[in-house]
Order: sequence, then C-alpha cells, then structure tokens
Amino acid sequence: MTFQRKHILGLEELSAEEITLILDTAESMKEVSARDVKKVPALRGVTVCNLFYEPSTRTRSSFEIAEKRLSADVLNFTLSHSSVSKGETLLDTARNLEAMGASVIVIRHPMSGSPWLLARELNSSIINAGDGSHEHPSQALLDLFTIREMKGKIKGLKVAIVGDILHSRVARSNIWGLVKLGAEVRVVGPPTLIPKYIEKPKVRAFYNLEEAIEGVDVVIMLRIQMERQESVYFPSLREYSRFYGLTREKLKNADKDVTVMHPGPINRGIELSSDIADDASSVILNQVSNGIAVRMAMFYLVASAGRSQ
Amino acid sequence: MAKNVLMDSETIDRTIVRITSEILEKNKGAKDLVIIGVRTRGVHIAERIVKRINKLEKIKPPMGTLDITLYRDDLRHKTEWPKVEKTEIPFSVEDKKVILVDDVIYTGRTTRAALEEIMDFGRPSSIQLVAMVDRGHRELPIQPDYLGLQVNTLISEKVRVHLKETDGKDEVIVKKG
Repeated sequence: MTFQRKHILGLEELSAEEITLILDTAESMKEVSARDVKKVPALRGVTVCNLFYEPSTRTRSSFEIAEKRLSADVLNFTLSHSSVSKGETLLDTARNLEAMGASVIVIRHPMSGSPWLLARELNSSIINAGDGSHEHPSQALLDLFTIREMKGKIKGLKVAIVGDILHSRVARSNIWGLVKLGAEVRVVGPPTLIPKYIEKPKVRAFYNLEEAIEGVDVVIMLRIQMERQESVYFPSLREYSRFYGLTREKLKNADKDVTVMHPGPINRGIELSSDIADDASSVILNQVSNGIAVRMAMFYLVASAGRSQ
Repeated sequence: MAKNVLMDSETIDRTIVRITSEILEKNKGAKDLVIIGVRTRGVHIAERIVKRINKLEKIKPPMGTLDITLYRDDLRHKTEWPKVEKTEIPFSVEDKKVILVDDVIYTGRTTRAALEEIMDFGRPSSIQLVAMVDRGHRELPIQPDYLGLQVNTLISEKVRVHLKETDGKDEVIVKKG
C-alpha cells in the first residue's frame, strides 16, 4: 500500500495498515542513524517548521534530528521567543510560517484539536507533536515500534498503561494504536485519574496495580505530570508512589520477560523505583533512539503523500 | 502485450560466470573486493556473483544491499513515493573495491543515487559497475564496467530481468509498450 495522508494528526484516524507501514518505514530509517554519515538527501529543499507552544526538549530535539537526517531545512518556533507573546493567534502565526515556505508544520499545543484546525485551514502538511490531553501520535508510534522490536509482534500481547490516564495524550494514542494492532490493554491508576468512559472492547480499567500487571508482557509507565496536578487528584505523591509506583516486588506478577517502558522524563522513586528504572533504562533509551527513526518515517510518508495532492 | 525473450536461464548463468571471471581478471583476484547489490534484483545477481567468486577463489567477499529510495533525484516529481526498504552494508567500504550490481542500466539515475549512497558509507578505492542488461537512453555520463547484454530499445518498451528468487524463473524479456 502507499500512504495517502497529507497529515499525521492522531492514531484514532489511522488504520492498522497505515500504522504498520509507518513502523516498517521506520525500520529502514533506523539504519540511517547507524551510519557514520547520518544523513540522506530525501527531503532536500523541503522546509519544516517546529511550532512548539509547550516547553519540550526531547520531543522537539527528536523531531529536529529526524528533519536534519532527511536533509530538510528546519525552522524552530518556540513559545518563549515568538510573536505568540505579542498576542498573535495560532492560525496567523502558522499562516506566516507557511508564507515563509514551510511545507510541513510540526505542532505542539496545549489545546486539544489545534493540529486539526491547522490541517483544515492551511496547505502545509501538519504533524501533531502533542495536543492538550488528546493525542501524541509520534510517541505512541515509537512505543509500538519498540514493543514490536522487543517482542517481535504486537497482536495478542497484554499491555498495562499505568498512571495519570486522565491527562495523558500518550496513553490515548497508545490505546488506539495497541487496540488496532490487536493487543489487549489494561489501564491502571487511582480512580480520579482514570476517565469514566475509557473501557471499550480490548480495554479494561484497573485501580489495583498488582492485579493489573498479572501476566502482562509490557508495562508502559506514565509520568506524573507535576505541571498538570494543581487540583487534588491524589492525597500525596508518597501515597501515589506507594500504590502505583512500580517496584521489583510488584513486577513479579507480570510475565517473566516483561518489558518496562516510560516516555520520559522519569520521576525516579515516584513512578519507578530506582532499580527498576536502571533495569529498564536500556529500553527507555532505545525508545528515544527509535523515536528519531519513527519521526523520519512520518516525514517521509507525509511529504510523499502531500505532493500527490 | 507482446514480449520478446532476450536471455534465457542458461544464458543468464553463463553471463554471470563470464562477468565474475572478468571481475577477477581485472582486479587480479578477489582481494579487497566487496559486492553491493541494488535492491531488488541486483541483490540476487550479486549473491550469484559472490557464490561464483567463492567457488573460484575460495574466499567469500562481503556482500551488502542498497536501497536507493532516499537518494532518488525524482522524489520531487513523483506522485507516489516508493516504499523505503533497508540498506544493509555491514562492513567498511573504506579503501575497498566496490562491485556495484544492478539488473538493468537505463537512464543512469539509479546508479548515480547508488554512488552517492555508497560514498556516505566511506571512501572506497574504486567503484565498478555490473549490469545484466544495458538498454541505452542514458541521461547521465555513466557506463557499466561489466555488461551482460547490450540491447537497443524504444523508450516505450519495458526491459525486465526475471530471477528465480523473485519471479520463479530466470529470463530477460522486453515488452512492447
């Protein structure tokens, strides 16, 4: 199949075949990062703009490296030193970037749905780098890529996603992707952080971590987002950590080859005990390097589809 | 659609034997040789050349595969981009004699992309080109060093190298457009 989409906005709208094509393309892209000269000319002459309305170092750097490895010209627009602080609207800013020649815009924005607004109003290809608590497709795709690499498949796996499901766009995108590729998902966290209508076929909610990770193949730990915890969702971090922090003891319930993943940055001693974090660090760092390959695949595919329209 | 067989299975076998001998003659043996096949069919021809070298010289030169998709010069004009497959060159090309193998040489643009990609892996002492068929119509100043068959074609015609590994049988055919 060929990729027909001009934008990659979320995993909800992608088919299983499209997701698999992105992952397959990423496998070829991964080889480029292993070379001495980590650069191919595929996107020469294409200008990509990274428009980030939220602070982000690793996601933005990962996108930027992916762009540069494909030889695209890169323009960074971040919240602190942009015209946003002068009161320009999102759409006006994006239109300006398009007028400067950006043909792909990577956007991260605190408002859910903003990438769809740009996709509707602009001619550029739009890649969602995280919108509010809605979707974070590149993170989910790199998680799927890493799982497939570790386990050789996704279909039939049991995957637990632990933590603040309510605010997590990573969880939402991962649930869509995992279910489409045939995995069974368990979401776990305190009742205040599990959305009411999260359950659907192949997705079950748990409030007890030991119970939820019984026999699972993969555990995806979410970061407790201190910046989104103004209201009181749980009594204290210590209590949260005691019930929902992953320790070696609790992990005994999982499959013996269980893979522990984390989108980073880790709050050591809160979501993950320090020894688990050290054990898992190779996978977590692998997620980071896979992120570059997956983002290269996303650029290649949207740029190709964008031209045919 | 009318098709015309240019080479049958036996001719292809003999051609590979001849090309391999020419490679060994010109390079005075297989020392420092590395073989790189261009995906998809160049890879299978490369495998057969490696096998033949191994039989004659009792050494097995390292073999790699090249997917030139990310180096194409027509990506900007194509409406449907080809799927990217993996390039695998698990050895250093530095100071090696690279034997680059493709099935058909036509405009020369695939070879140009392949040369650029190989250069990104290091600085070989030389790159020599093998093509099973040269169908003419070059758009770049690139010529094969080892050639199976030269054939005059119309641009509207299609030349196809079929190999057992991918197509079930060995033959080179030309189809009227």
